[in-house]
Amino acid sequence: MKFLGYRRSNGKVGIRNHVLIFPTIVCASEVARMISNEVPGTVYAIHGCGCGHVGEDKEQVTRTMVGFTGHPNVAGVLLVGLGCEVITPEVIAGELAKVGQRVETISVQEAGGTIKCVEAGRRLAGKLLAEAASAKREPVDVSELILGLECGGSDAFSGLTANPALGIASDLLIAEGGSAILSETTEMLGTEQVLGKRAANAEVKKRIYEIIANAEAKAKSMGVDIRGAQPSPGNIAGGLTSIEEKSLGCIRKGGSTTVMEVVKYAEQPTKKGLIIMDGTGLDVMNNTGLLASGAHLIVFTTGRGTPVGTPIAPVIKVSTNSITYNKMKDNIDINAGVIVDGQGTLRSVGEQIFNEVVEVASGKLTKAEILGHHEFDIHSLGPVV
Amino acid sequence: MQEKAIMIDRKDNVATALIQLGKGDSIPVGLEGRNVTVVLLQDIAFGHKFALTDIQQGEAVIKYGEPIGLATKPIRQGEHVHVHNVESQKGRGDKG
Repeated sequence: MKFLGYRRSNGKVGIRNHVLIFPTIVCASEVARMISNEVPGTVYAIHGCGCGHVGEDKEQVTRTMVGFTGHPNVAGVLLVGLGCEVITPEVIAGELAKVGQRVETISVQEAGGTIKCVEAGRRLAGKLLAEAASAKREPVDVSELILGLECGGSDAFSGLTANPALGIASDLLIAEGGSAILSETTEMLGTEQVLGKRAANAEVKKRIYEIIANAEAKAKSMGVDIRGAQPSPGNIAGGLTSIEEKSLGCIRKGGSTTVMEVVKYAEQPTKKGLIIMDGTGLDVMNNTGLLASGAHLIVFTTGRGTPVGTPIAPVIKVSTNSITYNKMKDNIDINAGVIVDGQGTLRSVGEQIFNEVVEVASGKLTKAEILGHHEFDIHSLGPVV
Repeated sequence: MQEKAIMIDRKDNVATALIQLGKGDSIPVGLEGRNVTVVLLQDIAFGHKFALTDIQQGEAVIKYGEPIGLATKPIRQGEHVHVHNVESQKGRGDKG
């Protein structure tokens, strides 16, 4: 099966053709946004990171920036720095050169302030846009697609309708040779026995138990009851009683295939098939991790409704129930609520999601893209010093 | 026919309401040869759970065939099962 994608000079395949204006440091974020606003056709992603990171945190933030800005949905990237930060444009550009990404850099201090930096940035962004315009879509096998799996604003229907239907779509993509990334480790608490049984080998099984134990230990180390945030107040109002219940519903997005590999947040897998990324429970940060790990697009199931998108990749929203769908139709692409209404089955909605993934990969716009949603954040491990 | 409530695994001792259900309603729930009819002791909002059997205090509440927490008080068949009578066993830093 084929879709229409952009084959990059480094061999990777993109499903969008963005020029990204990206600050490597929070202090340059407004300048990055100004450049993007002055060059229509570019996108930007702003965040609160870039300085004060040490050790594992620095590694994670750097890895995330490299994976995100080097993403094949990005035809070219302009990195904007301040000049005195820990993670400079040069650090990221050096890594991007290794993977053959088209990159330009600029810094506010060196350019001589906001106005001069925006002026110089406009020229560079324009150059990148002109280059990107020559890219053309061509037939690509769906086995090259990587699907990110996300859920947010869960309710008791998440585990009954949208998540198992998405699981069927994951199984269909993996059967075609593609990959799907399951994540949100906090929402795996209480499912290690279920996921462990599906591990490809003893090492993968060990890693599954390890990342879930770490997520629980982290919650415990705060000396508080995780129930303050998990499930969230909206989850509880929707009928979810405990993190175990939420988790068992959450992991159904991953379908029924073998777990091939466990990767860190924003780390790129070496295997194909079902991958687990050690991510976070906060949707926007987790979306960034999924993209930096190589996901081309995300299918995002929601019970209570959520508008979020990403700056560089489409997000397909699937509602778990018809009440939310009818209330938030402007934001939601597919309604899995038809399964409880008797108007559809898990199989029919699963196939609908899979077909939508292929069409969106070929260029069909999602509601989040049409509305201009491009929420972005980086999961920093802290503490920032 | 639209089902009123669903049991996801045969081992489950709770079912999930698929529509708003009322106190006194008699709700048939079935899966793979296990059929239970439960008379509801309370209104149950859609998406919320009720007990398929009596559940003892300290007993595991089972959904998807897996434990989702322990009952903090005795729960009768047909009673609303939620945060007021179930306690998660995960991430409990408050328990030391």
